[in-house]
Amino acid sequence: GSQSLVWLKSQKIGGETVETGPKICLPVDKRNTIWFIFRTVKSEDSEVCSRCYLSEDGLIFYCAALKVKELVVAEYHRKIKEAFEVFDHEANNTVDVREIGTIIRSLGCCPSEGELHDLIAEVEEEEPTGYIRYEKFLPVMTEVLLERRYRPIPEDTLLRAFEVLDSSKRGFLTREELIKYMTEEGEPFSQEEMEEMLSAAVDPESNSIHYKDYIAMMVVDES
Amino acid sequence: MGCGTSSSTKDRKSEKALKAALVIQNWYRGYSARLKARQRYALTIFQSIEYADEQGQLQLSNFFSFMLENYTQIHEKDPELVARLFGRTLQDSKDRQEYVSFVDVPDSYNGPRLQFPLTFTDIDLLVEAFKQQQILHAHYVLEVLFETKRVLKQMPNFTQVKTSPTKEITICGDLHGKLDDLFLIFYKNGLPSGSNSYIFNGDFVDRGKHSMEILMILFVSFLVYPNDLHLNRGNHEDFMMNLRYGFTKEILHKYKLHGKKILQILEDVYTWLPIGTIIDNEILVIHGGISESTDLNLLHRIERHKMKSVLMPPISIDEDQDTDLKKTKTGANVVPREGKTNESPSEQLPKHEWEQVIDILWSDPRGKRGCYPNTSRGGGCYFGPDITSKILNKFQLKMLIRSHECKPEGYEICHDGKVVTVFSASNYYEEGSNRGAYIKLCCDMTPRFFQYQVTRATCLRPLYQRVNTMESSAIRILKERMLSRKTDLIRAFQLQDRSKSGKLSMGQWAFSMENTLGLNLPWRSLSPHLVTTDKNGNINYMSTFQDIHIQKPVKEAQSTLIETLYRYRSDLQIIFNVIDSDHSGLISMEEFRAMWKLFNSHYSIHIEDFQVDELAERMDLNKDGSIDFNEFLKAFYVVHKLEKLNKSDANLL
Repeated sequence: GSQSLVWLKSQKIGGETVETGPKICLPVDKRNTIWFIFRTVKSEDSEVCSRCYLSEDGLIFYCAALKVKELVVAEYHRKIKEAFEVFDHEANNTVDVREIGTIIRSLGCCPSEGELHDLIAEVEEEEPTGYIRYEKFLPVMTEVLLERRYRPIPEDTLLRAFEVLDSSKRGFLTREELIKYMTEEGEPFSQEEMEEMLSAAVDPESNSIHYKDYIAMMVVDES
Repeated sequence: MGCGTSSSTKDRKSEKALKAALVIQNWYRGYSARLKARQRYALTIFQSIEYADEQGQLQLSNFFSFMLENYTQIHEKDPELVARLFGRTLQDSKDRQEYVSFVDVPDSYNGPRLQFPLTFTDIDLLVEAFKQQQILHAHYVLEVLFETKRVLKQMPNFTQVKTSPTKEITICGDLHGKLDDLFLIFYKNGLPSGSNSYIFNGDFVDRGKHSMEILMILFVSFLVYPNDLHLNRGNHEDFMMNLRYGFTKEILHKYKLHGKKILQILEDVYTWLPIGTIIDNEILVIHGGISESTDLNLLHRIERHKMKSVLMPPISIDEDQDTDLKKTKTGANVVPREGKTNESPSEQLPKHEWEQVIDILWSDPRGKRGCYPNTSRGGGCYFGPDITSKILNKFQLKMLIRSHECKPEGYEICHDGKVVTVFSASNYYEEGSNRGAYIKLCCDMTPRFFQYQVTRATCLRPLYQRVNTMESSAIRILKERMLSRKTDLIRAFQLQDRSKSGKLSMGQWAFSMENTLGLNLPWRSLSPHLVTTDKNGNINYMSTFQDIHIQKPVKEAQSTLIETLYRYRSDLQIIFNVIDSDHSGLISMEEFRAMWKLFNSHYSIHIEDFQVDELAERMDLNKDGSIDFNEFLKAFYVVHKLEKLNKSDANLL
């Protein structure tokens, strides 16, 4: 698929600009990690294969690129395993399908209900048993993380969404309005979800949702 | 202003609203899922540490064996201790008259007064009184205990129960001193009576603050309705467990004068509790579980009252020795015990019978096939679905109902519907940690499950607050655990940090943590709570120890000594409690020194005797040179530097 790994830099070697591949695509903030991993890899891996180039400042390409992907994938695997095991009550490498959504979201992804549905279809057995096996879940989830699919909603997008619903720009939504939107539009909430959201979002005195404060509170809670 | 324009504006508007709603829903579901995951992580932390503590029991058990080998040589003038540890039998009725008559109920007592023979009004009386936070007078406690023992003695190892279409039975799991949960069950399901049968599946006591009240209600109900209120022994119906997990403390606190008597009788009463209940000849109800060698026919026959404690494995006195006993550092030979004490081998269960009971009280079901030692708890085993099928078939049973493990929903079904766990203490680890549940059964109908959760407030706090409470609590005890193994952890970290940078990769840190602490936890997800990371994603492994330290009772005391004493404080507490046979709370310096010497050598701790001596002497001593060991141990508590900060933040929110 389109999930190619793009190299962040090209290096000048012997006057030529060399581009390496397979390519790693990582956000800018991870760049330092990669360089660090490279340096570590370099110090332990004194062998340089024929497709490797070493520049003056000691950075490696091609082989390192592969190795980095391995390292990244290995860390993802461990992270996924940890998250999975917490929900694997019988310690037999399966989890209840109803907990898959929680696991995926706990790993930092935010699929919609529809997207979640599709993911579950990918990891289910051909004859659904109600349980998802780790062996099927791991490769699919690794791809999701590598491709950085289902990124979480940034805070300002969330704020704007509330503002859209608050058409008269009062700075709050009434309880009834929120209930109406959440249970009638989009991918409607269940009653339990609605009650849960209201219990934290509603300001008991005004009986309304001051969404700016609410968002700020949730963000603090998560950090 | 035509229809066309306004409808397209409307469309655009509603499309925008739809998108906005989707955004909010998506965000909320992600947030909510992460909350639930955090809740689950906290639960996992609580559970792992709980089981790891239980594992410590095994080590303690070995220590007692070791101690008995050597103690009598060092302290030959104290056969009392040995006799105490090996359970001398109380003579029945003679002692009863003595004890009960010594304990007067003053006129000023305005708590509940029971009338023997007991009737249902006494049950009501107790429930009402306990709701008013009253304490039952020791006189009545002792009477109830004696009477309960007398009646229990007549019961077989397994109670046989029959249900009928008009008579269901209710099965409750662990209560662990949580009186509110018992009240909630009675409120929802009615008090026990001739037409409302109950089985209480063990672990009535320890951890919660009202173990005594629960025990009294259950025993009194049992005495009033002996054919309808059934009690099974749990692993906490064990005087050694009570020493560590709080019931002993509760008794000595509530009954300052007569607590010791109560404890002595309680020890006995526990041993007479039936091992299990069999419903309609097809459902086995026991506290823990089974193993591949579980033999119900044998268990029907054993003398169950000889099972004193999980920490008192039978010590064989002939050539057929336990390997543990051979570990005597002094190389001394084992002296047969009959000569030295009143103990005779017939007072103990044979080893294989003892092990059968341990399996029943301690085992846990797991998805993996086969039968493996239960390494988390240090006793009993893990049994797989194949073991369940095999044993159930062998004894023509259809289902196993057990307790012993806290489940988030209060109950759990596994092994293809053949094993059900029911746990009745809601909020067991922390407020919001789990629901409680009970089962109603009748003949051939499928079991029905009822769940509940006790809450102090009139309405439930929002989920995120409950999760925060749980999470902080769990992280706190995890940090304390890390602190108690600080030296080992630092050594493990430094082994991997060859460049001495003070940093490790996530993988290296997680590996060291898991290996040193022996806890199977999601370290990567927990790391933000435990350590700081630099901008490259590497862990500053010393950062955990920066905001937490053990408060030193004496400034000059060395930190390794402090750490060791902190780490073993609950073991030490049990040992002291056992030595302190008159429950005075005091032991002499001499006893303390002898104790410490043994402890030192068995646990291979490298602390000089004089260091401990010095420390003990500097604590407030009574004039007669004895140590109040509870004070001594209390001094080693952990200070969380950021605690005050967090508390004030909470007030601001």
